[in-house]
Amino acid sequence: MDILITGILLGGTYALIAMGLNLQYGVARIMNLANGEILVAGGYFAFIAYTATQLSPILTIFLVAPLAFALNWLIYRVMLQPLVTRAKTRGQLETDSILATFGLSFIGVGLMLSFFGGDYFSYSFMAVPLELLGNTYGANRVISFVMAVLICGALYLWLNWSRPGLSIRAIATAPAAARLVGIDVKHLSALAFALGGAVTAVGGALISTYLTLDASTGVVFTLKALIIVIMGGVGDVRGTIVAALLLGILETVVASLLDPGLTLAAAYVMFLGILLFRPQGLFGKKPT
Amino acid sequence: MSLTATDIRNLCLSALALGICALLPFGDNGYWLGLGVTIAMFTALATSWALFSGPTHYISLATAAFFGVGTYVTGLGIETLPFWALVILAGGIGAVLAALVGLATLRLSGVYFVIFTLGLAELVRQAITWVQNNSGQKGLYVLTDLDEAGIYWWLLGLTALVLLGGWMIGRSRLGFALRIIGDDETVAAHSGINTARAKVLLFMVPGAVAAMTGAILAPRYVYIEPSLAFAPILSFQVVIMALLGGASRLWGPLVGVIPFTFLLEAVSSNFPNQTTLVIGIAFLVIVYLLPKGFVGLLDAVLHRINKTGAV
Amino acid sequence: MASSVLSLRGVTKRFGGLVAVNAMDFDVAEREVVGLLGPNGSGKSTTLNLVSGALPLSSGSVSLWGSRISGLPAQTINRKGVSRTFQLVRLLASMNVRENVVAGAVFGHRRRWGRDAYDHAEMLLEKVGLGGKGDMALGQLTYIDTKRVELARCLASDPKVLLLDEWLAGLNPTELQIGITLIKSLRDEGRTIILVEHVMDAIRSLCDRCVVMAAGAKIAQGTPSEVLSDKEVIRAYLGDDDA
Repeated sequence: MDILITGILLGGTYALIAMGLNLQYGVARIMNLANGEILVAGGYFAFIAYTATQLSPILTIFLVAPLAFALNWLIYRVMLQPLVTRAKTRGQLETDSILATFGLSFIGVGLMLSFFGGDYFSYSFMAVPLELLGNTYGANRVISFVMAVLICGALYLWLNWSRPGLSIRAIATAPAAARLVGIDVKHLSALAFALGGAVTAVGGALISTYLTLDASTGVVFTLKALIIVIMGGVGDVRGTIVAALLLGILETVVASLLDPGLTLAAAYVMFLGILLFRPQGLFGKKPT
Repeated sequence: MSLTATDIRNLCLSALALGICALLPFGDNGYWLGLGVTIAMFTALATSWALFSGPTHYISLATAAFFGVGTYVTGLGIETLPFWALVILAGGIGAVLAALVGLATLRLSGVYFVIFTLGLAELVRQAITWVQNNSGQKGLYVLTDLDEAGIYWWLLGLTALVLLGGWMIGRSRLGFALRIIGDDETVAAHSGINTARAKVLLFMVPGAVAAMTGAILAPRYVYIEPSLAFAPILSFQVVIMALLGGASRLWGPLVGVIPFTFLLEAVSSNFPNQTTLVIGIAFLVIVYLLPKGFVGLLDAVLHRINKTGAV
Repeated sequence: MASSVLSLRGVTKRFGGLVAVNAMDFDVAEREVVGLLGPNGSGKSTTLNLVSGALPLSSGSVSLWGSRISGLPAQTINRKGVSRTFQLVRLLASMNVRENVVAGAVFGHRRRWGRDAYDHAEMLLEKVGLGGKGDMALGQLTYIDTKRVELARCLASDPKVLLLDEWLAGLNPTELQIGITLIKSLRDEGRTIILVEHVMDAIRSLCDRCVVMAAGAKIAQGTPSEVLSDKEVIRAYLGDDDA
């Protein structure tokens, strides 16, 4: 029970991060492998804000979100849109965007290394025990989870009920048809990419309240987010949430019963299972 | 197919170039030989990488995983088996591992393949670390009488084998099938090509070569531990070198390996903290400035010269 | 129809809730040219994709000379002697014209390699009207020539059954006559042909028999003149008001 709840708490933040990546891949069609660096940058921001001015990470996210949004919007407009324009096929765009975002990822790590050094960073925010169903958990974990749920919920409602949200979903489902009904695909792709980046950075700020990060941990989160997105199905909000919770629980189970050093290996085994048996995602329809 | 006069001439020239390269240890035993080892290693890795990824456009980041497995084959077997047998064994294990990875991922789109290979080194590393922790053993000593020159010659031999093999594959049905698959997989299947089998077969080549490279280099490390053997950066370096040179020709990667090795060497000795930044910039240079590598640049220049020459 | 080369039984294809092809039954005899007609979106191309193995069937079966081929991958079906062209011409961009044709000869029904494959490709290029153009890059070709390259590639494995997906579409009247003559000559060589087609002239002069589809199902079959005067066929094409 203890493990289950810890897993769900972790999975909540994972869901947020994966949601960011899913927006970027599902709508803007960019498999953003620099996603983890945006997350770590969000974490750094929260860390600096907290150690320098005692600003609570819960408030920092309102600063992180617009900054990350602007940065990602710029990245998309300047670097990625030219690739979308020049790509003749989906496959070529895939290869180009993978290589370009790898480049961004390494540059991100390089910049953070030179500004902050290679040390781990952590701070103590609300590290007080909180009792839930007879067990105790870090209050920071619980708060992060609650925030993640609120943001995921808001995002879900926005995607389903607002006009731009609906347009974004239309692009994710059928980009060519979306263009025909007068949706500005270029503009909204940039918007979705920027929004995805903002969500990821907020996830980073939240996760930094209870996990230790360093400049080069980004890739681990990128991998986890990728696994979640593929497991949940590209563009599938419900699938993403379920997959994130499953991954959170699996990691916690492996870490507490087997060995904390095997969490990524466990995630990978799960990923392999998905590739072999349900490559279309947990809830994806079988293309028969 | 039979050999033409040009083929024979090229083969002789290549053999001659190889012979000259083999003389390096007699000229210098320190810095330059070390650099020679690095260049030979990356040439073998990048050329074999491009054999698969050039025609198919699948980006493999599994090099570090196969390489690490190879070093462990040597590390575990050096007490019981002769070195040459370990290199062959590593090649076999690398090929089988590549086949398994290929079977699981190559029938799906390229993204799945990239993601899976990206984490493969980490997966194997965590598994080996766990086994070592549970058996109370931290690392492995590899003690041989193989010196730097010996390692260099082994790697040079492997590189020659890769180039020869690549040349033969390029002329074979398998090579032709891969070119068709790279252009249009649907057409390939409707032309009678078993696309999954062709891709898996060819992916076994870089798998085997990377494992053999790891096995050959293990004596250089003396002490092997997982974080060293499975350093993920190796996979990225190989991708950059191969694409920088150009994956469309057999000798393309070589053109990328040499300048990039010197560049990284210069950067890491002068600005040791900036290597990640350099790798990042190299990726962007490839995507935005040199999408077809130096080979593509050369082709474009030659094309222009021909055009203006004709006018 | 004991001697039928290809037979479809209850062939059905569902995409999610949409039934694109619904319980199609028909047979094709040896050396027969069968036209597959129907309005846009009626499931003709999908039917062809099901026969060639490009898509898996949801239910039903396709047999070639009495043995089941549905469920087999496309490459196996091709090796058994079924070859196809695509509705939107698909060529191999990195290769020249001759190599595009060789690509069809190396792995298919009857295999050739090396000198043999190149000579064979040259012969086919001659036959489809591209003699001497083997060294050209694809970018230099006119539209009809790209279609010719694709047909030559398709013929390179010496297939017994040809599936032509709107191969005559988009040609001008002169080109159309050349195309029709070419397809006739293929039938005379002993090949069995299914063509998805909209061009009525071609259907009248080429097809021994036609199968008409509407909304995924077969609504008529018979000689071209029979089906083209069929009430239901006219209704399917023109709508209820005009019938």
